[in-house]
Amino acid sequence: MTPMVQADRVCKNFGAVQVLKGISLQVERGNVTCLIGPSGSGKSTFLRCINHLERVDAGRLYVDGTLVGYAERGGKLHELHPREAAKQRRDIGMVFQHFNLFPHRTALANVVEAPVLVKKKRRSEATERARELLDRVGLADKADAYPAQLSGGQQQRVAIARALAMDPKLMLFDEPTSALDPELVGEVLSVMKDLAAGGMTMIVVTHEMGFAREVADQLVFMDRGVVVEAGDPRALLSNPQHERTKTFLSNLL
Amino acid sequence: MSEQSSSVSGPEAGTEPAPIEAVPLRRPGRWIAGVVVAVLVALFLWGAATNEAYRWDIYAQYLFDRRITAAAWKTIQLTVLAMILAVLLGIVLAVMRLSPNPVLRTVSWVYLWIFRGTPVYVQLVFWGLFPAIYKQLDLGIPFVHQFVHIDLQGINAAFLFAVIGLGLNEAAYMAEIIRAGIGSVPEGQTEASTALGMSWAQTMRRTILPQAMRVIIPPTGNELISMLKTTSLVAAVPYTLELYGRARDISGANFQPIPLLLVAATWYLAITSVLMVGQYFLERHYSKGLSRRLTARQLQALADAQGKPLPPGRGGGVAPGGDAQ
Repeated sequence: MTPMVQADRVCKNFGAVQVLKGISLQVERGNVTCLIGPSGSGKSTFLRCINHLERVDAGRLYVDGTLVGYAERGGKLHELHPREAAKQRRDIGMVFQHFNLFPHRTALANVVEAPVLVKKKRRSEATERARELLDRVGLADKADAYPAQLSGGQQQRVAIARALAMDPKLMLFDEPTSALDPELVGEVLSVMKDLAAGGMTMIVVTHEMGFAREVADQLVFMDRGVVVEAGDPRALLSNPQHERTKTFLSNLL
Repeated sequence: MSEQSSSVSGPEAGTEPAPIEAVPLRRPGRWIAGVVVAVLVALFLWGAATNEAYRWDIYAQYLFDRRITAAAWKTIQLTVLAMILAVLLGIVLAVMRLSPNPVLRTVSWVYLWIFRGTPVYVQLVFWGLFPAIYKQLDLGIPFVHQFVHIDLQGINAAFLFAVIGLGLNEAAYMAEIIRAGIGSVPEGQTEASTALGMSWAQTMRRTILPQAMRVIIPPTGNELISMLKTTSLVAAVPYTLELYGRARDISGANFQPIPLLLVAATWYLAITSVLMVGQYFLERHYSKGLSRRLTARQLQALADAQGKPLPPGRGGGVAPGGDAQ
């Protein structure tokens, strides 16, 4: 069976700066992968490459066996039409550090929006499903609230429900708890734990080592655009092999 | 008071503190300023009422004259039609300006350069001369076959040219206002929409433009009011059936320019006032979700849930509590 995500020497440049210097990584179906590393190490950029928010400059990146952002025909790569790229993204949910909820729509309308607009679902059907999802993240009673009226933790849970509404096969989390007050981190992590327990394939950029230790099947430590070390989270956290990993982990404590 | 407190039941009802009824702060400055302004206004009104030059009898005679009211209606039509043209074209120009397509970007820039770079009066004169420059209009495939043939010199299209002249000029300004509005929406909104699989057009229509409206509306209201007054320049086309042109024509016959100017000014002011009310409601509509304050409907739902009637005059100030958990 093909892995959900297969990265083969993925490179990404911003102008003259090489942010990703050949990332090779594999994420199996139903697994949770946590990406850790110092800021500027390229974790978020790599995550954004997976749903083609950033285009890959070299190497190959496959999601569910399909090349991301390009079509390979006759030994040549062709840029995808934006319509095709949008189609690829439909099946990949993304949760952002700053939630990015639509502030002019209620929590319910935020969740209903994409299924109706993109998947052409019937509004009644999408609304019913949205209420289920809000209930699942514990916010059934906040359906009519606007994002500005919700706490950060509540907003992030709505954002997770919004991503789930597209029935994704893969969920990407870009530092989902970094913008939250410490006492609100738990409610978001517990929603993510439920999701993982339900068999969702997840890639999580995070600084929450407790979550990584408990939930992740694979832990990846990145620094300066390369994967320094990857493997079982408990083994990696308690017994890091590389000097850079050791330094990073010791700075966290 | 006693009725209110008795309606609250429960163990804490007796311990609830009495509402604060403080003596309001005195503000003598406001009273003094009010008196000074009232005296000045009274002096001005007395002067205006007794000055022969104003000819209030003629003012009253012409204020609701049929020619004037018809001209006011023409002015409103000119304003609204030109503004609709300007907003639609402005959206197209702004989106072109922000488009990834370099051809569209350049076309939009050149349009702005020309229409913002020349006076509206000059443009209106040009539109008046348009039939003299292009004697006929042919729609079809150039040099091959024409489907429609319009003789521009044969039709009387001064009103149409006035609308086009005002609208095309205003579109350049509207494009900049709309572009600024689009730019005010955070990048994360585009990213979130893209990540959900929305196309560029869907993102614009459903996510960006509704949020940009909040920034776009106040200056657009400004432009609309400005447009109302710019219509007085369409005499350049020449078109004179609008308010100012009509008032000037009448005063040309009866040699009473001052009362007729006042008549026109009164109508401009009245129309502007109506437009300002419309702007208020539009702004309120597009500020949805902006504030943490709860809407009246949400407050009522919260009050219902607590089993208390909503106290009058205290709406709005309540921040959401942690009562959800």
